[in-house]
Amino acid sequence: MFRKKWYAAALAAIACSAHAQQSDEVKRLEERVQQLEQRVQESQAQAAARQQSESAFNPAVSATLNGVYANLKQNPDTYRINGFVPTMSAVAPPPRGFSLGESELGIAANVDHLFRGTLIAAIQPDGTGVDVEEAYIQTLALSHGFSVKAGRFFSAVGYQNQIHAHAWDFTDAPLVMKAFLGGQLKEDGVQVKWIAPTDLYLDIGAEFGRGAQFPGATAGKNGAGSVNAFTNLGGDIGAGMAWQAGLSYYQTSPGDRAYDDPLSATANSFTGSSKLWALSGVLKWAPNGNNTVSNFKLQGEYFRRKEDGDLTFDPAGAALADAYKSAQSGWYAQAVYQFMPKWRVGYRYDELSSGATTIGLVDSGALAPASFPILAEYKPTRHTAMLDWSPSEFSRVRLQFARDYSRQGEPDNQVFLQYIVSLGAHGAHRF
Amino acid sequence: MRWLFLFCMLTSLPAAAAINVFACEPEWAALAQELGGDKVAAVSATTAFQDPHHIEARPSLIARVRSADLVICSGSDLEVGWLPLLLSQSGNGRVQPGSPGYLEASQYVMRLEVPRVLDRSMGDVHPGGNPHIHTDARNIAKVAAVLGARLAQIDAANAATYRSRTQDFDRRWKEAIARWEQQAARLKGVTVVPHHKDFSYLINWLGMREAGDLEPKPGIPPTTSQLAQLVDQMKQAPAKMIVYSSYNDPKAAQFLSQRTGIPSVMLPFTVGGSDKAKDLFGYFDDVIARLTGPLQ
Repeated sequence: MFRKKWYAAALAAIACSAHAQQSDEVKRLEERVQQLEQRVQESQAQAAARQQSESAFNPAVSATLNGVYANLKQNPDTYRINGFVPTMSAVAPPPRGFSLGESELGIAANVDHLFRGTLIAAIQPDGTGVDVEEAYIQTLALSHGFSVKAGRFFSAVGYQNQIHAHAWDFTDAPLVMKAFLGGQLKEDGVQVKWIAPTDLYLDIGAEFGRGAQFPGATAGKNGAGSVNAFTNLGGDIGAGMAWQAGLSYYQTSPGDRAYDDPLSATANSFTGSSKLWALSGVLKWAPNGNNTVSNFKLQGEYFRRKEDGDLTFDPAGAALADAYKSAQSGWYAQAVYQFMPKWRVGYRYDELSSGATTIGLVDSGALAPASFPILAEYKPTRHTAMLDWSPSEFSRVRLQFARDYSRQGEPDNQVFLQYIVSLGAHGAHRF
Repeated sequence: MRWLFLFCMLTSLPAAAAINVFACEPEWAALAQELGGDKVAAVSATTAFQDPHHIEARPSLIARVRSADLVICSGSDLEVGWLPLLLSQSGNGRVQPGSPGYLEASQYVMRLEVPRVLDRSMGDVHPGGNPHIHTDARNIAKVAAVLGARLAQIDAANAATYRSRTQDFDRRWKEAIARWEQQAARLKGVTVVPHHKDFSYLINWLGMREAGDLEPKPGIPPTTSQLAQLVDQMKQAPAKMIVYSSYNDPKAAQFLSQRTGIPSVMLPFTVGGSDKAKDLFGYFDDVIARLTGPLQ
């Protein structure tokens, strides 16, 4: 239609063009015709892109792939954190040589006008199956700053626990997460959070969970097996700096939480209460708040756990039981600096303090301290340095060195070369 | 129970008289302020010195979205790395996509560079087309009409004010467009080398031509090989100027400028990107003055 009209106009213009001035006009009209033609084509292309299709409502799908080459002085099968109850979960470094990390598959979409659903599954490289990392729904339409999450999610204990491993700044978890959370704490339950109507960010929230994973253990009872209360404060300092500080308190009552002492090969079990305080802080800086060229991130967390209850020695055999009491703590601090586009360097220091654990069976003379070798007092530390290169926001290659004193008397030198890439939907990362 | 009740009491207190507008980019905050006057309190999540593709979902931004009555963003996936998180974390049902309190400006204009094929090997391409629509002044007029109507819908009590302010803005804006187009007439056909596809709409509006980008692919920082190739290309067919925006690293543009003798021009990316770009009118005044400068 447009074309015809404009051609007609152009022809009409040509017909009465006797002067040079008018032929200029024709030129301009021709140009406009061309522009309009181009526009019609473009809008047709746009319309075609929105054709009806069954798949139009497909959720956002993403996959994260990662692989590691590890060079370790100590055999990772002997990994332990001296002074701390083994969490019986995968906290050891990856195997020596080449290995595939977890392949993550993420699916997320708005369910309807009220809910959003997210599923993140980790496909285990050793063929042990598929782990549900996170699978939760969250409310969209609640107002007044309230939101509710239900399902399985990373618990709001500290800061890094809520971040997926592929978005971590180092290949492995801080020692506090390995010792106190069994790597990363997932909770099956409900989270309620409220954000204050203030310019300074303030949230207050609570989680009620099953408490099945370390430091909990299946209690098989009605009601909540674990409770976590948390609060975060955050804000900006000028245009270039942003900060967040958090405090959380996690409480659970594990029943028959079993562990194998890697040093004596005996099984033991703990029943009682476990209370964990976590304090965290993050500071990010970039010139003018523009993080594309250079930026800096400082992060640290302090954990303190008190456990009180009964420890049973060799439940299947001798089955001796007496009181157990521990007060343990740990912290780490890390700094990551992007010194030029694509390139970052980082350093992390970890320290744990086992404190002096009270073991009734030892104090009463029923057993020797040597019966609980892993619980002997110790102060594990670790130094980690990394360099990574991210050619785009979807890929990263990282080289990491660590000197790890988790095992008493057997320091480990660890070198990791890792790639992490993400495919598909563009994910959004939390602060 | 009592504390919960108290919270609800506190949170349902009448908000300040003004409508809170959360804009992802400064141009939309400036536009909301033009159309709303003292009835609107607009804040921008980003500045003209920040790359809007890469923003941290900072606590301060979540706090602002939480109390927003209207969220206005460029859309077309420009903010895909941070806005969804702000919305889902905010606990604010009024500004979720699909509700009147959520406005994606780019949905209301004709988008350029809509890719036919989508593949990340082409760089950080946006499936919905180039999102930097605000650099064509005519697009601002289109978004103003939608935003004015949206403000009137959300704050019905002041609808008449928004309508008259929108009409007034539209009149002044169209006059300004005529002036800018006249000032920029000599830019027609002028070839430029932009850093990123930030100014595609401006280039299209003023009839300029683009001869390659400093970025080898959208969102991928310039590489030495890409720059070397551009140096060769510029020797064969020199462009009139190299343009980069207030948030780009100027090194690549300066490098190419030194090697080729072609002037490099910093353009404010948006409102606030230069001393003169104090508001939307000042922004385009400054952009056109900076572009026409090297031609004199």
